Amino acid sequence: MHLTEEDLQAIWLTLKLASTVTLLLLVIATPLAWWLGRTSSKFKAPIAALFSLPLILPPTVLGFYLLLAMGPNGWVGQLTQSLGIGLLPFTFWGLVVASIVYSLPFAVYPIQNAVEQLGDRPMEVAATLGAGPLDRFFNVALPLLKPGIFSAAVLTFAHTVGEFGIVLMIGGNIPNETRVIAVQMYDHVEALEYVEAHGLAALMLAFSFIVLLLLYGLRHKRNVPHGAMQ
Amino acid sequence: MSIANALKIGFASVVLMSSSMVSAEVIKVAVASNFTHPIKEIAKNFEQDTQNKVELSFGSSGKFYAQIANGAPYEVFLSADQAKPKRLADEGMAIADTQFTYAEGQLVLWSKDPQKVDPLGKVLDEDSFNRLALANPKLAPYGLAALQTLETLELVDKTRTKWVKGVNIAQTYQYVDTLNADIGFVALSQITENHKITQGSAWIVPDEFYLPIKQDAIIVKGAERNATAQAFLDYLRSNSAQKIIQSYGYKIE
Repeated sequence: MHLTEEDLQAIWLTLKLASTVTLLLLVIATPLAWWLGRTSSKFKAPIAALFSLPLILPPTVLGFYLLLAMGPNGWVGQLTQSLGIGLLPFTFWGLVVASIVYSLPFAVYPIQNAVEQLGDRPMEVAATLGAGPLDRFFNVALPLLKPGIFSAAVLTFAHTVGEFGIVLMIGGNIPNETRVIAVQMYDHVEALEYVEAHGLAALMLAFSFIVLLLLYGLRHKRNVPHGAMQ
Repeated sequence: MSIANALKIGFASVVLMSSSMVSAEVIKVAVASNFTHPIKEIAKNFEQDTQNKVELSFGSSGKFYAQIANGAPYEVFLSADQAKPKRLADEGMAIADTQFTYAEGQLVLWSKDPQKVDPLGKVLDEDSFNRLALANPKLAPYGLAALQTLETLELVDKTRTKWVKGVNIAQTYQYVDTLNADIGFVALSQITENHKITQGSAWIVPDEFYLPIKQDAIIVKGAERNATAQAFLDYLRSNSAQKIIQSYGYKIE
């Protein structure tokens, strides 16, 4: 299969975007999911509902509103300008911010589920054994939450690789900056270059299958009970 | 009432029903997004004049091409270019001798800022704008025309770093309309109502700077004997329809 320079650029950019978004989202989503999973605050339901809203709007429409918000007259745009960052649309970091909004529920829910299943008991036991709050979180809770965090990472990564409507809207199709593989494939399809589109699609599916296979394989090994290892 | 009479009445009503169905046909028309406003007006007039019903679908010509090539149930296709109807005809998915140019697009350099674009388009050669929006030249006829204009002006290399490309002319318009791009090449039809540019500042690019943006219509395979589809295309060519098309900033042949 023949890949053009532009195809390769798009593939590299997509991997960079998906990795950046996944790492940042895990940092953002874990404390949020921790809070949602343990709180009995009356704000829990409204906040959970709020973070699910990105799932409702069609991605291109969500992208359009992000374009308005991040533009010179939008509140995000005015904030970023006053901070000296400039405007976000048509930049790599604009895509990162938009993808974080879009994929947030995919990162939060698996971790929140894990937190809810964990219950209070392990933390209470650790506390009676004299562990401080941070110690408890990092050494007791986090290892137990690993499967949830793992699912969150896989879903976020896959969702970002396959994301299209939003990047199309706020990206502006700039090589090496915002032209990700989904946009590149779409260009091929719209230009009736179906052979090139098939090639990229096949490559993307094969690559993603291998990555997911490796990840799930890794997870399965880790989940093997200690007794069985001996 | 005898059985024979009852049968007669029943038969008559079936004939009546079917004849009323013939006079009120429904046709499905796939329309390139840039032609949304004029076709709505034209279709409304056509429906009033003929009692037929027109169902309009809007989208990109590339997607309609793919759908029709795979048997989508449209009777008429109004493309944003000439290549896609021709290719459908070559592939036997549309009727070659029904293809004709229903409108010709005009390119315009536009800004929401009433001061930004001068009447000669010299702003392109200055550094006074942040981004230049254009439709993707590979996909959209207006994008190709924008590229040809920049080539004519020998400004491709100078402006390239400021390009943001919309996937179609509608998205390109949104980039300029939301102020994310200071200036952009859009379709005159997008900013025109009743022969007037509605807002901002604009330079209507001279015809000789780019190859004509001819938009062609064609009847889709399966509708070759559909009288309503043919009547609709004839209507599109009529004086009253052509006047509407012109009022939205298109040229006619």
